[in-house]
Amino acid sequence: MTLSVSDVKRIADLAYIEINDNEVKETLNQLSGIFDLIETMQAVDTSTVEPMSHAQSVVQRLREDEVTEADQHGLYQSIAPQVEADLYLVPQVIE
Amino acid sequence: MFNASLKQLSIQLAEKKISSTELTTEFLQRIKQFNPEYNAFITVNEEISLAQAKVADKMLATGQAGPLTGIPIAQKDIFCARGWLTTCGSKMLSNFVSPYDAGVIERFNQAGAINIGKTNMDEFAMGSSNETSYFGMVKNPWDIAAVPGGSSGGAACAVAARLAPAATGTDTGGSIRQPAALCGISGIKPTYGLVSRYGMIAFASSLDQGGPMAKSAEDLALLLNVMIGFDPRDSTSLQHDAEDCAQDLQKPLAGLRIGLPKEYFAEGMSQDVASAIEKALVEYRKLGAQTIEVSLPNAPLSIPVYYVLAPAEASSNLSRFDGVRYGYRAPAYSDLADMYRKTRTQGFGAEVKRRILIGTYVLSHGYYDAYYIKAQKLRRLIAQDFTEAYKRCDIIMGPTTPTVAFNLGEKSGDPIQMYLSDIYTSAANLTGMPAMSIPIGFGDKNRPIGLHIMGNYFKEAQMLNIAHQYQLVTDWHLKSPV
Repeated sequence: MTLSVSDVKRIADLAYIEINDNEVKETLNQLSGIFDLIETMQAVDTSTVEPMSHAQSVVQRLREDEVTEADQHGLYQSIAPQVEADLYLVPQVIE
Repeated sequence: MFNASLKQLSIQLAEKKISSTELTTEFLQRIKQFNPEYNAFITVNEEISLAQAKVADKMLATGQAGPLTGIPIAQKDIFCARGWLTTCGSKMLSNFVSPYDAGVIERFNQAGAINIGKTNMDEFAMGSSNETSYFGMVKNPWDIAAVPGGSSGGAACAVAARLAPAATGTDTGGSIRQPAALCGISGIKPTYGLVSRYGMIAFASSLDQGGPMAKSAEDLALLLNVMIGFDPRDSTSLQHDAEDCAQDLQKPLAGLRIGLPKEYFAEGMSQDVASAIEKALVEYRKLGAQTIEVSLPNAPLSIPVYYVLAPAEASSNLSRFDGVRYGYRAPAYSDLADMYRKTRTQGFGAEVKRRILIGTYVLSHGYYDAYYIKAQKLRRLIAQDFTEAYKRCDIIMGPTTPTVAFNLGEKSGDPIQMYLSDIYTSAANLTGMPAMSIPIGFGDKNRPIGLHIMGNYFKEAQMLNIAHQYQLVTDWHLKSPV
């Protein structure tokens, strides 16, 4: 497979990362090299193999739906970039 | 005192020959003296460390001490520690003072251990040379022209240079074992799920596992006994019966079957590493072990599989860094999307961005099956290879790394060459099986070489036994660059 400049721009956009026009060629070259390495996976036939998503085949633990944490929003918000009236501040989204 | 084993330190403390305050002060002094050159620590906080030492001295005085009470431990800067700057080696978290303790930190605190400082690391644990840290590269104390390995490079350097008696690390593709090998110390990545990931900043959640780094296998056993344990706050934490990791240390090795994977001995290993491995195997045969050839046909695909799965999980995990709730926020932006974009572009370094892009691509529409699912299928084949091999042998050995430590700057411009330095280590993360590295000599330019010891699930005690028996008849683990 071959990556293109527009692929790189599209995935950067999806990942909320800016790549300027000076960097895009270099990024493309590096990613293409890495994908050449990744492509070597295709040499093995895996048509009958079940995917393995995790090292241990354990089931998701469940717990009672009850409050276990004390309210610590003051502590947690003390390290936030911008807070007002106990709310995290971000640029206005709705006009 | 700084060359003493954890057991020796523990005895000295118990017998009141030294206090924890004195011991902590000695290591803080060493850090002050040597850290400007090595850059092994990102944060040192004498006030907190000495306050902990005072508490430990009380525990020691009142007979409440355990084996690690009063002993300073260097904590990798990936573990959240309340009141400590916790950066994960990134500009993104360069102002993040953690409001809570990681599970691992809690356990060390309960044991009365001292947090002697937060160690340098590759940014978000992505790297094999410690050169991607926002806080600068770490030097290898054996040769300051060489990398210490990564991502737990600060931890490996700190132990090797005797700036701390022991340290914690984390291992997603080799990040405990590779720097341990390159710095001539011992390190173990336990079975996935034994050490809590709560408060351990996530890189690739299905592969990440914390573990100890120290001078010897005996020290590792004491540390693992503190680190292992069920934590309900980590959804993949295992409810495994507690076991004393030191229980088998003294067992003789007669009859031990060591598997040597032909794929790991075929090519790629440098001559100095090959001859050190051969010498180590001679020692093991003298100890009564026998070696047999085994095959891991899919193991050579570990690196491509790893570089699909780890970036995929990383791109998801690192989406939380958006400049809203904690960490870095860009100073100027036009709207919300621009704030996310500028924050992430400025807050992440080049290697982290590269992996986020790879992960985003392999998870994107139309490529998910071809890359992500394909890699997960190969992950199963790799795990099956090991399960098959363990029917014929008790343990697998090989090199931890293909060469001794490379020079600073040698591979930093070539991501693929950097990735290949984890060629022998990443399989254990894919399978979730335990693996460790111990020092077995020196190679090119007198730089250290590590032996990779891989075991089946939950075989930590046996692996530590195998490493300890070697360390009883050799002295590589006692060598230090200082």
